[in-house]
Amino acid sequence: MAEKFKRPSGRALNELRPMIAKVGIVPNADGSAMFSFGKTVAIAAVYGPRQLHPQHMQDPATGILRVNYDLLSFSVADRKKPGPSRRSQEISKMTEWALSPVLDLEAFPNTVIDVQIYILQADAGTRTAGINAASLALAHAGIPMRNLVCSVALGKQDKEIIVDLDKDEEDFEDGEGATDFPLAKIANTDEFTLLQLDGKIPPERVKEVLDMANKCFEEIYEVQKKALKEVVEK
Amino acid sequence: MSSMETSNLTIDTLRKMFEAGKRFDGRGLFDLREIKVGFDVSNKAEGSARVSLGKTEVVVGVKLQVGEPYPDSMDKGNLMVSGDMLPLASPRFQAGPPDFYAIELPRLVDRAIRESKIIDLKKLVVKEGEKVWTVIIDIYPINDDGNLIDAATIGAVAALRNTFLPGLDKDSKIDYDKKTKEKLPLSKEMGPFSFTFYKLGNSLLLDPTREEAEACDVRVTFGLSSYNKGYMINSCQKSGRTPFTQEEIEKMMEILPKKFEEVSERLKKIL
Repeated sequence: MAEKFKRPSGRALNELRPMIAKVGIVPNADGSAMFSFGKTVAIAAVYGPRQLHPQHMQDPATGILRVNYDLLSFSVADRKKPGPSRRSQEISKMTEWALSPVLDLEAFPNTVIDVQIYILQADAGTRTAGINAASLALAHAGIPMRNLVCSVALGKQDKEIIVDLDKDEEDFEDGEGATDFPLAKIANTDEFTLLQLDGKIPPERVKEVLDMANKCFEEIYEVQKKALKEVVEK
Repeated sequence: MSSMETSNLTIDTLRKMFEAGKRFDGRGLFDLREIKVGFDVSNKAEGSARVSLGKTEVVVGVKLQVGEPYPDSMDKGNLMVSGDMLPLASPRFQAGPPDFYAIELPRLVDRAIRESKIIDLKKLVVKEGEKVWTVIIDIYPINDDGNLIDAATIGAVAALRNTFLPGLDKDSKIDYDKKTKEKLPLSKEMGPFSFTFYKLGNSLLLDPTREEAEACDVRVTFGLSSYNKGYMINSCQKSGRTPFTQEEIEKMMEILPKKFEEVSERLKKIL
């Protein structure tokens, strides 16, 4: 009955943008990586585990993961004022929680693992690209991990569920409008470490979204593994 | 010693009780406490409400200002939600710059309200392209006994329903003493309401007391509204380190519509 829905980009509903992952991009860091979904480019660097200062913040029971996510001022059309915003503080915290379940932080008491994520070019999906880059950077730093964390934003354009929205798709306004549903999961498990949503989605369709996301995570995981193998084999 | 941290012993006891489906106050895991809504906290606000969920109490006020539209939404009024975790309301709240929770709470309420489209912002234009109404929702907890987010969302909706536009003079200047009978352009649908699921061990629960909330590992908040005789999740945010499994998420999806109906029913006469 309905005409077949076409994405403006010509992508299939379940088709991710082309992904690029590269490990070892910041020589000074203990671990680093870049990850891109199409035109969205994120870089991440890991420093640590290292001694946490000020000393009173140290925890003898566990190490701490500290994430800082931000956009470079020229990564968006309207220049972003440098420095943290409420949005970036929130995303930093979400990212921290998305990543920390795979780390055995208790093995590094009194220390901090600093993860710095910056967006060079933003075309939607920046926090998910950032999580993918940070996950790679943590692995590259040799920090023991249960597994990699994979992240992607699903969404909805009017009534169609689609994966990995770009900015044009995120700004869609007709019908039920656009929904942005960023997710992260520990690879090869059933555990979701990031759940956020803005828009409109009926509760009964959430399962469909999660099932579609699971397919994406498999593809992202392959790209991440390949990037890690490239540095190991060098 | 109200400011003592929840002990491991309490957490352990709660974990075992939740596994058996029990709570200290006798509720089931998904039972909500009594909800009370009052209005007119301040006659200087354009709208205000006081909401309690058990012993948790929140006041919410709506102020209206005339301002310039944002460049990316010239044809719409503006919405702002702010919150201040008053040290008056809890031994846990400290004066000083807002911590993450204090930043998160108004953002969660903002998203539930904004994305539900309960306010028709396009009808809040005073002078096309130049002057629009700015709706400012301010949230203050009076007593935090857990689940402030869900109480604050009810408070915000109640205050909006109770808001009357102030008078404007010829130059679109506000005369706050001249109240009109004109209400905000709001949708007739119930809600939005938010529902925050907490997790301890393998148990999920709703509407925790402060003690229960502090024992839990993680929470996730959903903003929900009714839409064409069905329901829409308009916002969602997981807060905390522990993951949720797909099975748990699917279970929450089954519970959400039922709880929405229950709250709608309880608040039908008031809102």
